[in-house]
Amino acid sequence: MAGAVWAIGEIVEGAPTRLTRELATLARQLGEAAALPVAAVLVGPDAAAAGALLAEHGPDVLAVEVDPGGRPTAAVIAERVAALVRERAPAFLLVGASNDGKDVAGILQGLLDWGVLVNGAGVRWSDRGPQVEMSVFGGRLVTQSTFAADRGIVIVRPSAVTAETAPAAGQVERVVVDPAIELAPVRVVDRVAEASAAVPIEEASVIVAGGRGVGGPEGFAVVRELADALGGVVGATRAVVDAGWIGYAHQIGQTGKSVKPQLYVAAGISGAIQHKVGMQTSGTIVAINRDPDAPIAEFADMMVVGDLFEILPRLTAAVRARRG
Amino acid sequence: MRIVVLLKAVPVVGNEKLVDGWRVDRSAGLEANGNDEYVLEAALKLVEAHGGEVVTLTMGPHPALEAIRKALAMGAARAVQIVDDALAGSDALATGRVLAAALAHLEYELVLAGADTSDGQGGVVGAAIATRLGLPYLSYAASIEPDPAAGIVRVRRISPTGYDVLEARLPALIAGTQLLGEPRYPSLRGIMQARSKEIATWTLRDLGIDPASVGPAASQTVVQEATPPPQRAGATVVREAPDVAVERIVAFLVSRRLI
Ligand SMILES: Cc1cc2nc3c(=O)[nH]c(=O)nc-3n(C[C@H](O)[C@H](O)[C@H](O)COP(=O)(O)OP(=O)(O)OC[C@H]3O[C@@H](n4cnc5c(N)ncnc54)[C@H](O)[C@@H]3O)c2cc1C
Ligand SMILES: Nc1ncnc2c1ncn2[C@@H]1O[C@H](COP(=O)(O)O)[C@@H](O)[C@H]1O
Repeated sequence: MAGAVWAIGEIVEGAPTRLTRELATLARQLGEAAALPVAAVLVGPDAAAAGALLAEHGPDVLAVEVDPGGRPTAAVIAERVAALVRERAPAFLLVGASNDGKDVAGILQGLLDWGVLVNGAGVRWSDRGPQVEMSVFGGRLVTQSTFAADRGIVIVRPSAVTAETAPAAGQVERVVVDPAIELAPVRVVDRVAEASAAVPIEEASVIVAGGRGVGGPEGFAVVRELADALGGVVGATRAVVDAGWIGYAHQIGQTGKSVKPQLYVAAGISGAIQHKVGMQTSGTIVAINRDPDAPIAEFADMMVVGDLFEILPRLTAAVRARRG
Repeated sequence: MRIVVLLKAVPVVGNEKLVDGWRVDRSAGLEANGNDEYVLEAALKLVEAHGGEVVTLTMGPHPALEAIRKALAMGAARAVQIVDDALAGSDALATGRVLAAALAHLEYELVLAGADTSDGQGGVVGAAIATRLGLPYLSYAASIEPDPAAGIVRVRRISPTGYDVLEARLPALIAGTQLLGEPRYPSLRGIMQARSKEIATWTLRDLGIDPASVGPAASQTVVQEATPPPQRAGATVVREAPDVAVERIVAFLVSRRLI
């Protein structure tokens, strides 16, 4: 399979993640554009079962079963992928920009000595191989990058492509690999679920975010209701996360998450640069702020000057009324 | 505990620009990367609790000194700066190799890195270094609890559904986040003391690295093009009373097919 494009996937609760399905779709698209073979790789205790679901998107799936015991660590995944890469010599690896995906990519870089293009917002085939679009400097520039050699690892952000099933599903091949190098082990002592953590904020197409203007933890109720009415999720600034009004999983910005929803509603958010860099590439930005001169006015599409406690409940009611 | 903190000097967020084609301008106006200050704070607290010292390690040109001095003023014992003209324009691969080579000259029980950088955005350098050095790699840390007597460390790692408790043997490399806590401000005393602290300067030669293996010529990634994104038209300002304002928002969202 020389020259192949591989999607390196992730299994959560027995199924490939949405981002993994997007990677498989992207691999198929690149393979068609470049007339190259493609495959997806899944490593986990239930890799073959998850592989059957992933194969619907087209690529053949190399399913590497590992001992039961929950989601494998990045080290366990990467050492097996590296062994497979040595055995079958693919050229390009697509890895998802999740926490686990970035860890796998970083470990693979250390094991294989390949270049990594990070933060891919789009990937298309060019005469120099995969050409990766990235938004840099908080969205002030968009770059197009390629690899210097005929190999490399691309870290792909959520929603760079839409997951599509293929006319013909791929095959699932169970493979057994011995990691050539055993990485230093990391033991998972416990996995703790927190209700507030499950926010797929990077994948959401609508985000309603609240800042210090919501006034306290209870103030998030009006934000949450509008998010629900719009079918979106709740975002936040660092100021309110630091204040303990909402969990870090919701934080958008420099040291939080970068998001690109179709609609971003910013309620009681000033629009500090460290917040702006995480959301300014959103499709449409609507700001609600008492202060007409808040910096967010400079990059919003609609600046509503007013009290969020007067605007949001009315807007929620109006959206609900339209939706019936 | 001896802790090495990987501290990158980055352009102030919002002021980044490119020079000489595709290189990030690092000629002035650098500060410590946000996440690296969080892990520095965590390192200082660990040393306060367990004894030992914090050493910072930076690969970066002369203007990185300001960020390094601040780290010393916050309480790091000494600093190592890798400076070499050949390094400008290095990619993540070369950066990881150089930092790993430098770490081989240092003694430590823990290496701390930031979860990612504001200019590189990769979040891959720490994992690559740990792999090269055979260190356990624990990432997205919200808390770090070493047990030096038992030779292990426990980390609370942010997960998609909450957090995982991870454990590994020391020495280990941990990449940390904002949840480690707000970095302290340097005290006046700290600033005075920093003046006499050592900043060792290492070159590629000191590390036995061939200059041809770093820099733009060796970079495995090539920027082909950089363009500003499409400009926004400027905000439509709505100042009416709430009921009318909401009608206008709804009309706007409908016109953009968002509801
Ligand atoms: C290293 C570093 C990293 C950082 N990372 C991040 C990050 O990832 N994300 C992030 O968000 N920030 C980050 N910050 C913090 C950032 O600088 C700002 O402090 C923060 O974004 C401000 O949050 P805010 O807009 O909620 O609060 P404020 O700036 O206080 O703004 C509150 C706004 O609410 C308005 N308001 C008040 N009451 C009402 C009302 N009733 N109705 C309508 N409007 C009202 C006010 O007019 C004001 O504009 C970082 C800072 C540093 C130094
Ligand atoms: N030039 C550098 N000097 C020191 N540390 C660095 C450098 N580049 C990256 N790092 C460390 O690696 C982390 C991740 O960087 P990155 O992969 O570029 O996002 C940073 O937060 C730093 O701790």
